[in-house]
Amino acid sequence: MSIIDWFAKREKNTVDTTEKLNIPGHLWIKCDHCQEILFQKDLKDNAHVCPKCGFHFRMVAMDRLALIFDPASFVPEDENLGPTDFLSFSDSESYTDRIRKAQAKTKRQDAVVSGMATLNHNPISVAVMDFSYMGGSMGSVVGEKITRTIERGLAKRCPVVVFTSSGGARMQEGIMSLMQMAKTSGALDLLGRAGIPYVSVLCDPTTGGTSASFAILGDFNFAEPGALISFAGPRVIEQTIRQKLPDGFQRAEFLLSHGMVDRVVDRRELRATLSLVLDMVWGCPAV
Amino acid sequence: MKLLPFEKPLGELYEKIEQLKTLSRESDIDLSSEIKKIEKRAEAVREDIYQNLTPSQVLQIARHPNRPDSLSFFRLISEDFIELHGDRAFGDDPAIVGGLGRIDGRRVMWIGHQKGHDTKENIRRNFGMPNPEGYRKALRLMQMANKFGLPIVTLIDTPGAYPGIEAEERGQAEAIARNLREMMGFGVPIVTFVIGEGGSGGALGIGVANRVYMLENAVYSVISPEGCASILFRDAKQADIAAKNLKITAKDIVGLGVADGIIPEPLGGAHHDWSSVSLAIKAQILRDLAEMSTQTPETLRQSRYAKFRAMGVFTS
Repeated sequence: MSIIDWFAKREKNTVDTTEKLNIPGHLWIKCDHCQEILFQKDLKDNAHVCPKCGFHFRMVAMDRLALIFDPASFVPEDENLGPTDFLSFSDSESYTDRIRKAQAKTKRQDAVVSGMATLNHNPISVAVMDFSYMGGSMGSVVGEKITRTIERGLAKRCPVVVFTSSGGARMQEGIMSLMQMAKTSGALDLLGRAGIPYVSVLCDPTTGGTSASFAILGDFNFAEPGALISFAGPRVIEQTIRQKLPDGFQRAEFLLSHGMVDRVVDRRELRATLSLVLDMVWGCPAV
Repeated sequence: MKLLPFEKPLGELYEKIEQLKTLSRESDIDLSSEIKKIEKRAEAVREDIYQNLTPSQVLQIARHPNRPDSLSFFRLISEDFIELHGDRAFGDDPAIVGGLGRIDGRRVMWIGHQKGHDTKENIRRNFGMPNPEGYRKALRLMQMANKFGLPIVTLIDTPGAYPGIEAEERGQAEAIARNLREMMGFGVPIVTFVIGEGGSGGALGIGVANRVYMLENAVYSVISPEGCASILFRDAKQADIAAKNLKITAKDIVGLGVADGIIPEPLGGAHHDWSSVSLAIKAQILRDLAEMSTQTPETLRQSRYAKFRAMGVFTS
């Protein structure tokens, strides 16, 4: 075989292989945990939980709302609130540019979706954080929308449910991000005094200023299996103490065993669990 | 006293003055006019340095090892201070201190982060980085104050809550979050002073107050400039730029409406004169407590919530 033949053969082989794998990439996904190749639709039909190993994939806000609440019951609120670069913050990129990119990517103003939905026809004031928008970080808009979600629960006298997924306070809004912790937690003081239930569903990941405010203050704290939930991130701790962290450290199951969450709830069971506890404390019967 | 790196030119002038003084004493030559000239120059350099401090220079002053600490302030400002210990659940965290005191006859509950002035004391105090039991001790004491109708005065001075394995196991996030919520609900006046480093959630955990003040060279930040630099710039050495971007100085914090006022410090920083700073803090506490003493618990709660409720900048 001449070298030219060899090249021709190799090229032919390449074409063959490409043809075989010429399936749109977004139809298939590999499970991060068990490495199983999954059909996207199967995954979606299974609440974005790996059918083989039970690994919980991150979920976009609208899918989550559709999964938990009554079909088409969600009505968004405060969609017009948008972030602004009031500190003129600039690192390798300006905050303005980061906002623009995140908005283009997620098609939303900031890292949280909020509004009213129903669960078994009972009204719920709900917010869902979106990790894909600047790591779900909490700046003024996130703090404001969470606070308004709590206040809507107060005004309408209905339970408040928040799904958290956030790296913590947003550095680009400096001290104002920190103050959102006090604002949101303060609103929960009012909600608690009014005797209205608040459920926090901690999703992967919930860390920093978000974990140290409204995320951990639920009357019920439910965590998704395997979710990273921490105050200080694992890397920060490793750098501080200069030793390897134990397996499973700061995962949902670790928080359960240390008394920080009520239950670790499989996503496919979450609607039923929410319905049950809210009916028990508030009277939201499943119709 | 330890000179900070940017104070070096000043240090050299002081050294020169000392040398000339020694020389004139030992050799009987009159150098007083020479000395006076250098002293004058030192004065000019001093003003030049301190009136144009960069944020990272302010940060160095905020972290000065001789900066007055919480316990010292409690004792300088109040009569018969008595420290109270423990969270009644796990332990006593030396990084947060508290107790009862009287300020010109007015009874208050003191709470503060506690740093040390030397390595030994700093290790004992964990460099002012509390564990969950510190926040729970603070909460216990604040609940006691609320029960007995005593105003609460808190002093913030921490690099942040401690990032450690045990702190996570015992619920650092929960301890801080609970304090934020509970402080919002107390029916007694709360006044907070950021006396040194206001480091993130670990600072805010005792900082939900009706009135918040910054000492002139104190800083208040969502993250340490070093931490911010290593995350956003991927280089901790860019901390100077991060400090500038984060807007952490007293003027910035007041400008953003997060603090209500600035407590002046002597030129060069509070470590040069603890007692004058104590007097300024004391005067502010007495003014605020007099003002708030007539307010009902409900008014105090509502105005505290309204203060934090208004924080945030966004478009709509």
